[in-house]
Amino acid sequence: MSETENIRRSILHMISYSKSSHIGSCLSIVELLWTLYFKVLLIDPQNPANPLRDKFILSKGHASAALYATLAERGFFDKKLLDSFYIDDGVLPGHLDMEAAPGVEASTGSLGHGLSIGLGMAIANKQEGNPGKVFVLLGDGECNEGSVWEAVMLASHLKLDDITAIVDFNKLQGFGRTNEIINQSNMIERWKSFGWEAYEADGHNPELLEEIFGVTQTGPKVIIAHTIKGKGVSFMEDRLEWHYKSPNDEELCRALQELS
Amino acid sequence: MRNIFIATLIEQAKIDKRIFVITPDLGFSVLEKYIEEFPDRFLNTGIAEQNAIGVAAGLALSGKIVYVYSIIPFVTMRCYEQVRIDVAYMNLNVRLVGVGAGMSYGPAGATHYAIEDIAIMRVLPNMTVCCPGDPVEAREIVKRSFEHHGPMYIRLGRGGEPAIHHEGIRIEIGKAVTVCEGSDVALITTSNMLEQGKQWAVYWGNMGRSVKLVSMPTIKPFDRDIVINIIESGLPIVTLEEHNIIGGLGSAVAEIIAESGKAVKFKRIAIPDVYPHFVGSQHFLRRKFGLHDPEVLFEGIV
Repeated sequence: MSETENIRRSILHMISYSKSSHIGSCLSIVELLWTLYFKVLLIDPQNPANPLRDKFILSKGHASAALYATLAERGFFDKKLLDSFYIDDGVLPGHLDMEAAPGVEASTGSLGHGLSIGLGMAIANKQEGNPGKVFVLLGDGECNEGSVWEAVMLASHLKLDDITAIVDFNKLQGFGRTNEIINQSNMIERWKSFGWEAYEADGHNPELLEEIFGVTQTGPKVIIAHTIKGKGVSFMEDRLEWHYKSPNDEELCRALQELS
Repeated sequence: MRNIFIATLIEQAKIDKRIFVITPDLGFSVLEKYIEEFPDRFLNTGIAEQNAIGVAAGLALSGKIVYVYSIIPFVTMRCYEQVRIDVAYMNLNVRLVGVGAGMSYGPAGATHYAIEDIAIMRVLPNMTVCCPGDPVEAREIVKRSFEHHGPMYIRLGRGGEPAIHHEGIRIEIGKAVTVCEGSDVALITTSNMLEQGKQWAVYWGNMGRSVKLVSMPTIKPFDRDIVINIIESGLPIVTLEEHNIIGGLGSAVAEIIAESGKAVKFKRIAIPDVYPHFVGSQHFLRRKFGLHDPEVLFEGIV
């Protein structure tokens, strides 16, 4: 089994067992997280507090299960901890708590916070001459939040070349199609017009993503990652209801069969 | 107070490289000297308070002690959810330094008043809430902030507050300061009402009434012991604050009285639960709201 398949299996088990939500939001970012944690980030799971490390912030904190599963797969903690997700007397809450597990860099869950926090980290690195880089993953619906654009403005003004944002552009948000709620079909032009070095990519193509992450930058970089909500499970793909539903036993079995 | 704040901070910034100052574009004629001395530890985020708090959190996560300076509504209310999650929930070394306690901005209008800030800040877990009443308290609180772990809100007057305490007094976070003893009433003030409280104590002293005056430079953690001591002494208690009557100093004292199991005469003097739609200086507004004239102190109490 591949690591991305393991991560998807973990997510399915966690969300099914705890009867929680946001499985579609988790499945859309698996390749993004895998590329970051297995190919891009300079990190040491045995020394998660190394001050020279690269830092990743999951600003769309409702996809916490995907990050927990990836951190466990990468060896930050034992996979048994994943059983304590979103349950009574659990350890891992539905939205990220940085105290919950090693490797969680910031507490998120209310949208529009993570990019600002990432900027603060990037500014600190610049000021100290720290070579660490900062990566922040946002949802496309999250880009409705005004605070995102406050951070976007400042990052380009400061020409921060040590921060990369990734937008999980799965085209669905809380109550429907993103373009029917707030039209942002020109997503990449928006970031470009604010002075970011912007790229578009298939968010499920790790080779391509790794290549773009590696491109030298002279200012802040953003990757608009075209993704499919619920990716990997046919009956969840591009379906709004899987922002909320939790798979029952039968659905879990079908989903796991599809993955293998 | 703001000048004392920045002067004290500049001295510490010389020896503590972790200190960092952020402003969402306020601080003209206050921050210049700091910026000149420490340009690489200063950031103007532009008029974007939500981002300013998030950036401060990121810096604090990287080991900095971050002071975010603005007018009170803009460093507390405009960005309240960032304060709640990015600062309080993550328990970071961010200091929210707000200028313009109460109705300091008088004729500027209610948009710039700070009359709900104590209530909303003291309800945040992990948040320490400091409301210095004179330049001595302000300097002491800023000094304590250098070593304090976790977030702080520091509520400053707009400037011109006279020194009430003697120089050299040490003030701890969470501890009240007794300004003078008295036997007819205990008057507890916080923030920029300390000067008013002192004037009332002097006024009533001259009239043959003895006022015990207590200053509360910290609202959270609250000095429960001093309130219990006053309750046990049997003195009537009056609180005085330039804040909405709901949720501030008076409420904090009332909570302690209510759980003490003892009966005591008690009165809150504060701004009524309204937004003023008339115009005037801070002094004018205080008179209008009954925060100025000393006669109010004993009304209904003795």
